[in-house]
Amino acid sequence: MSGIWVVLEERDGRVSRISWEAVAAGQKLAALTGLAVNAAVVGAQTERLAAEVATKAVSKVVRVEHSLLAGYTADGFTLALQQLFESENPAQVVFPHTYQVRDYAPALAARLGQTLIGDVTAMDEGPVFTRQLMQGKLNGTYRHTGGGTCFVSVQAGAFRADAVEAGTAEITIFSPTIEAAQIRTRPSERFRGSAQTVDLGSAQMIVSVGRGIKDADKLPIVQELATALGAELGASRPICDNGWLPMERQIGSSGQTVSPKLYLAVGISGAIQHLVGMKGSQCVVAINKDPGAPIFEAADYGIVGDLFEVVPALTEAVKTAKQ
Amino acid sequence: MKIIVAIKQVPERDAQVRIEAAGKWIEEAGLQWALNESDAYALEEALQLKEKHGGEVVVVSAGPERVGSTIRESLAKGADRAIHIDSADLGNRDALGVARLLAAAVKPENPDLVLTGLQSDDLGLGQTGVILAELLGLPHASLILHVEKTESGLTVKRELEEGWFQTVELPTPAVLTIQSGGNKLRYATLMGIKKAKTKEVRVVAASELAPDSAPVVVLERVAIPTKQKSTQMLGGSAKEAAAALVEKLKFEARVL
Repeated sequence: MSGIWVVLEERDGRVSRISWEAVAAGQKLAALTGLAVNAAVVGAQTERLAAEVATKAVSKVVRVEHSLLAGYTADGFTLALQQLFESENPAQVVFPHTYQVRDYAPALAARLGQTLIGDVTAMDEGPVFTRQLMQGKLNGTYRHTGGGTCFVSVQAGAFRADAVEAGTAEITIFSPTIEAAQIRTRPSERFRGSAQTVDLGSAQMIVSVGRGIKDADKLPIVQELATALGAELGASRPICDNGWLPMERQIGSSGQTVSPKLYLAVGISGAIQHLVGMKGSQCVVAINKDPGAPIFEAADYGIVGDLFEVVPALTEAVKTAKQ
Repeated sequence: MKIIVAIKQVPERDAQVRIEAAGKWIEEAGLQWALNESDAYALEEALQLKEKHGGEVVVVSAGPERVGSTIRESLAKGADRAIHIDSADLGNRDALGVARLLAAAVKPENPDLVLTGLQSDDLGLGQTGVILAELLGLPHASLILHVEKTESGLTVKRELEEGWFQTVELPTPAVLTIQSGGNKLRYATLMGIKKAKTKEVRVVAASELAPDSAPVVVLERVAIPTKQKSTQMLGGSAKEAAAALVEKLKFEARVL
């Protein structure tokens, strides 16, 4: 067994923030198990990325390099990392829980006879791993059993990128064997869905509406509250899926990330995909009929009640206060 | 085109969650059950592809007897037939174990396309489709919003983070995991519900498909999350709570 391995991703030519969080998780795991942490970067040209990682407290950085890894494909990444991990036989592998990792890490683990523990929010003595269940209403504690490598991916924001310790590491190159014919999918360059005309990222106040509104006809009561506050209107995914508000107003992992002074969540239960998009908000208010809704975990102020009564009352109270 | 859709029955979204005495899972007695949301979109995509290109839509689902109601609902919406993998202790299998069951049921069907939802609303693992592709030796793409059949296979629209997308071309047979929101969901018609009663549902015991093997990953216990933040709950009538909130936002949080 060769310790802990962290697989890092790049963003705009640099190590992505969530990858540093994965390194921090790897270092936490190292503290729990006494094993050394190594890092892997994957691509066609990884020199710069590897140099960036080598300034941190990891034992070694491996550049997993092949011309067929220039763009991400599940087939290419699975093959390359399968070969690396078959030769290294890690005790644990830590990934950032990104859309890319979700696309290949389950297959990679399965190919090695393992099951990924995905979207982990905490690690404790054992080691045991915590992840959310039932849309955030429950936490589950998972343990890897038997021999072999334990694969985990860590949720964005669960570990602190700034907790990564500095150091120096040796850099080596690993050249996997990949044939062009083994890559069965052909991805395009990425593109934006539609012109973004709403920049919720710089909004000072956001009133956000979710599934609890039940009907598109009821949206005006939330719009009136937003208008009274001088706030932008946002939404959780189901509202945009139904076409009740345009996609560009969606907040969460697949939409915009926001950090307003005031975030007022109306009828939003608070699934993790939504929370990651708004947890940087300064003050969070939640209005929901279910006292067990996970949104209250993230809220500074909460009102348990019928939004069709609470929201109009709040609109009136805001108008009065502003007079 | 022969399309298999793997679906899961999950507790209703609004279900009140109570932890069972052993602390390993929730109390299932008294729960209402529903078709997992992204699986409903996978089924819709399959039905639309069949309407455009012809073929057959086969639903496969693993679970105890109660799963039958969700299977019937899918047949009522337009699926042609179903395979029910009968298993009373699915919770003892990890994602790989469940995918092995599905793979064993899917393989002899030789489908052109296998669809699953992106992830389940209960366990939320988001792995079954991707592992299924690996076990079947098929190419896959995940987080798919739109599927187009081409001469050589498929062109699909894949969601990336923060409002970005890409298209992916892949040959068939293939496995896709479907994201919510790509299509408008249909309801079962009265005629559909009537027809569903005569459609074939083949029940196969899980033990016949893939022997129980020890799971690699074990869910040891579940718990209600402890609060990270101290939330001030504002009570009273709607009017009182609203007035109290405005006071707090103005003088305590100072954001108004």
